[in-house]
Amino acid sequence: MTLELINLFYVASAALFIFGLKQLSSPATAVRGNMLSSFAMLIAIVATLTGNNILPWEWIIISIAIGAVIGGLAAQKVAMTSMPEMVALFNGSGGIASLLVAWAALYNVDNSTFTDITVVLSILIGGVTFTGSIIAWGKLSEVMPSGAWVFGLQRVVNGAILLGIIAVAVIFCMDPAADSQYLYMLIALALLFGVMVVAPVGGADMPVVISLLNSYSGLAACAAGFAINNNILIVAGSMVGAAGIILTNIMCKAMNRSLANVLFSGFGAVKQATKVEGEVKPITADDAYLILEAAQSVTFVPGYGMAVAQAQHVVRELGELLEKNGAEVSYAIHPVAGRMPGHMNVLLAEANVPYDQLVEMEDINPRIEGIDVAVVIGANDVVNPAARNDENSPIYGMPIINVDHARTVFVLKRSMASGFSGVDNPLFFGDNTRMLFGDAKDSIATVVAEFKG
Amino acid sequence: MEMFHVFLALTLMLSIFLGFELISKVPATLHTPLMSGANAISGITIVGALIAAGDGSDPLARYLGAAAVSFATINVVGGYLVTNRMLSMFKKKDTSSSEEAA
Repeated sequence: MTLELINLFYVASAALFIFGLKQLSSPATAVRGNMLSSFAMLIAIVATLTGNNILPWEWIIISIAIGAVIGGLAAQKVAMTSMPEMVALFNGSGGIASLLVAWAALYNVDNSTFTDITVVLSILIGGVTFTGSIIAWGKLSEVMPSGAWVFGLQRVVNGAILLGIIAVAVIFCMDPAADSQYLYMLIALALLFGVMVVAPVGGADMPVVISLLNSYSGLAACAAGFAINNNILIVAGSMVGAAGIILTNIMCKAMNRSLANVLFSGFGAVKQATKVEGEVKPITADDAYLILEAAQSVTFVPGYGMAVAQAQHVVRELGELLEKNGAEVSYAIHPVAGRMPGHMNVLLAEANVPYDQLVEMEDINPRIEGIDVAVVIGANDVVNPAARNDENSPIYGMPIINVDHARTVFVLKRSMASGFSGVDNPLFFGDNTRMLFGDAKDSIATVVAEFKG
Repeated sequence: MEMFHVFLALTLMLSIFLGFELISKVPATLHTPLMSGANAISGITIVGALIAAGDGSDPLARYLGAAAVSFATINVVGGYLVTNRMLSMFKKKDTSSSEEAA
């Protein structure tokens, strides 16, 4: 096909990408949206293959086969709990691909300075995305220590790397060549910078980082699009960039922190929350059953602890029994409840919880006073009233699900230890709070058995 | 800088605004599939990889292009498959009468 015709197909492909994303606005149409999007990709690839001046066929077939096998196996095998690691690796893979494309584009002889600048941008963003994603993957999968990695003079070192990048980039653009030593320096510095940027971010803040890297992988594709004058890369890349930025923003808001604070907080001192003292009121599973049996409305508030305990299936079973018993059942999900945006929803959907029972924090809070029982499973910070009341708390100002305003709160907890951020949670001492100690899965299973028996 | 680049910049500007409009309408429930779907879309670099090393006689350019094709294919194939796997798990209540909303 001629270049004009190929670009016409790109326009059709872009339209389908847009339509596919539009259908992602509802779970009912999302499967079709994803298929449209993949069809758009197919059109773009096939149209490109009809052009002149592409890679030799045997190279194409082999490299696509390698990628397809790796991607296909990963997609089939990955457990839903490991989605954050998988997305992190995919971000990295997109980043390195854009870096390589930009590098290869340097072998074209007639590049303008504008093109060279976009090549540099693509290499920088792609390189940072690649190594940053690998560090994020390491921390999420706990191959590496998940804590913040900090040392003295870290800011100075990072500043020096950044200055080095700018200097080398300028020198390179003045005399660009595909085998310039400045190019190799630039690639090395970009890869190093990716490590240095993600290393000081603690494991609990990784949802923000993978959202941000998601955005970068799109921006890298966008920059590569400028480097080779290709509009479909620009359109698709900027959609991904926008998605990542929106998710990053949502995550930051849900933690009441700025992006700068998340990225650099490893450097700051941690505030000490006011210690709350009080008496916890434990409850047995038998008594919990009696209260649940009489309840008209029940809301489950899951945290990642629920997935760790593998309790989601038995929770869904309890939810169904409660519904049969005449209660209204919902699952209230805080934006940072899982380990990436929307993670908890996927885990519950996997356990066959219908999506119309999954409600957001903004939906449940205005009507939480009318809820008879709120069952908190494996969540701590996202239901901690100290975020509202205690100005000394490190999570002060973070929006929470106000379970303490429900008529009764059950908190399922292994024992009396504070959550991962070490915050003492006044919820545990509330007048309407009952603590159900023990393994969450066993506790719920006992209640389920009571319902059945 | 040629006129062509200006049009590319215009495309970029419009796409960013459209992207923000579209994606801010995606409900929180679908944010994880949105991310993996975005992973798949960022695999569009495969198009660039196929072209970039095309007429370069330099063998290194071909190696770079081939490696880029492999990485981008991981994104495309893995991203769409895993997104489809996740989205298929989202079911409405009362699955016995499977009435899909249009």
